[in-house]
Amino acid sequence: MERVKVFEVLQGIFQDVLDNDDLVITDQSSALEIEEWDSLAQIQLVVAIEKKFNIKFNAQEILSWKNVGEMVDCILQK
Amino acid sequence: MYTYSEIKKILKKDTNSLPALNVALLGDTATQFLATGIKGMGIEKGFHINLYEADYNQIEAQIIDDTSDLYKFDPGYVIIFQSSHKLLSKYNELQSEEERCGLADSRIDFIKNICSKVTCRIIYYNYPEIDDRIFGNYSNHVKSSFIYQIRKLNFDLMNLTESIPHLFVCDLSSVQNKFGRNMAFSPSIYTTTEMVLSLDIIPYIASQTVDIITAAQGKLKKCLILDLDNTLWGGVIGDDGIENIQLGEGIGIGKAYTEFQYWIKKLKNRGIILAVCSKNDEEIAKEPFEKHPDMVLRMEDISLFVANWNNKADNIRYIQSILNIGFDSMVFLDDNPFERNLVRDNLPEVVVPELPEDPAEYLEYLYGLNLFETVSYSIQDVERTKQYQEEAKRTLSQKEYVNVDDYLNSLQMQSEVKAFDKFTIPRVAQLSQRSNQFNLRTVRYTDSELIQMKDNPDFISFVFTLDDKFGNNGIIGVIILEQKDRETFFVNTWFMSCRVLKRGMENFMLNTIVKYAKLHGFEKITSEYIPTVKNKMVENLYLELGFSALEDSDNHFILPLDNYVPLKTHIEEKNGYSI
Repeated sequence: MERVKVFEVLQGIFQDVLDNDDLVITDQSSALEIEEWDSLAQIQLVVAIEKKFNIKFNAQEILSWKNVGEMVDCILQK
Repeated sequence: MYTYSEIKKILKKDTNSLPALNVALLGDTATQFLATGIKGMGIEKGFHINLYEADYNQIEAQIIDDTSDLYKFDPGYVIIFQSSHKLLSKYNELQSEEERCGLADSRIDFIKNICSKVTCRIIYYNYPEIDDRIFGNYSNHVKSSFIYQIRKLNFDLMNLTESIPHLFVCDLSSVQNKFGRNMAFSPSIYTTTEMVLSLDIIPYIASQTVDIITAAQGKLKKCLILDLDNTLWGGVIGDDGIENIQLGEGIGIGKAYTEFQYWIKKLKNRGIILAVCSKNDEEIAKEPFEKHPDMVLRMEDISLFVANWNNKADNIRYIQSILNIGFDSMVFLDDNPFERNLVRDNLPEVVVPELPEDPAEYLEYLYGLNLFETVSYSIQDVERTKQYQEEAKRTLSQKEYVNVDDYLNSLQMQSEVKAFDKFTIPRVAQLSQRSNQFNLRTVRYTDSELIQMKDNPDFISFVFTLDDKFGNNGIIGVIILEQKDRETFFVNTWFMSCRVLKRGMENFMLNTIVKYAKLHGFEKITSEYIPTVKNKMVENLYLELGFSALEDSDNHFILPLDNYVPLKTHIEEKNGYSI
């Protein structure tokens, strides 16, 4: 799947999980700058992404992401 | 079941009108998702739950300290969730064999202490099994193994409820058994957070928790209302006869119905009232209960037996009026989606499970719903069926129909009308062999006889399908007209599947043949009813449809066509009739 397509899907998941339809994410978006993105949201994001793409992340991957761009890279490697 | 994100949406509903309950949640792991789940399922079951969520791992501190936030909150229920993982961590640190053998006992002592401090109702989560496989299967022999201790703990917890009436066990172990550990637990999430429950299992556990609260608040299911054909046995008793319904042990689908009946019998023995609500002639419907050797349920198990041709919503209203219990305490089981939707639309408080299509799946599906939660059990419960049976006898009376026009309209029914062709003939032959109740002359036809009729210009055939917004019923009715002279058609054959009774299909069928007859210059239609043991249901059909009885015979009828006013129907013709 192309990067841009993955990004588009993630955009929807972020809006849905963080319950904010105005949210626009970029490669640089991180938990530091997006207020709703706390540790609980992180789990819901992981589960939603795993289901959507039918993949599984390992614990190290989940802990390693610093921003959305790194999440996308990780998805593309699966 | 709802997903976690659906539960989050439920939380946005306005809950001001719902009764409020103070519930505290104390856990030794992170419980935020569980808290959301419990609040959401609470709304779903009709409660506004004010949830006090203690800080992480504060169980002892909150309970021991009389001035803690927990007691200030004044909860009606305290939920305590001590996880198997934390128990395992504790076990891992134990030094001696003796300590390991005493793990369950020491936890039970702790729970006893909690129960002596907390006076409101306590909902205590039991322990989903983790088997560390240190001894392999031999763990079953080793008292100091973790799996031995966790099972002992769950067992002792059951025994503990005997002496502590305000302790209720919420069976997480059972939930994990049903859905599997791989679904209930997510190792990567556990490692990165302090959550031991997966997002997928949260709705089920929240639901079980709220089930206990709901039952303790007095909202109980008391009555199970049962359809018969293809619900309690396979096949249609009125058509197939008592010898041919599917029931009984051995291979084949009969076993599924037998085991299903045993489950229902156990509910009845526990004090759930059973009622029958079936579209059938009463005598025919009762026959299996009285005579079939493999029936588990018998007439004495049924408090109220309602078999007639009224619509089921009316019949359930009738059952309600006799038993005098709330609609919200009733569960209705029926294999037919049409009946289920009719009841749901008319009586939204009645719980109507969406039974799987395959009867082999009935039990596992129903196990998952946990419909009959209770917080007490006594020997008096068992007497209940008899009391209701007596009450029912006193008040037996015939019930009026309600007008179901609105409902029928909402179904958006469509029927396609065709003549015999090579595609329709096999199904028509099958229906001709099997239709007994709605069958005016009960003349059986084979495929080859039908092919001959197709090629004979004296016979005009009409094959009817019926679709509605819930699905397609396929070919469900057939009329064969026989030309007697230039003016007269005779209804040689008219039969219909009982699946589509009470939908006004008869009116639509008559309208269709009258239209055809008039178009081709005929002036009258004659007909005959030949009584059989099973077709009493249609003995007055022709009179009800506006035919007149011929003077010289009870069972011959005539309908002049010039003044015919099309009968009311909620069914639209699909694709137009082409012969």
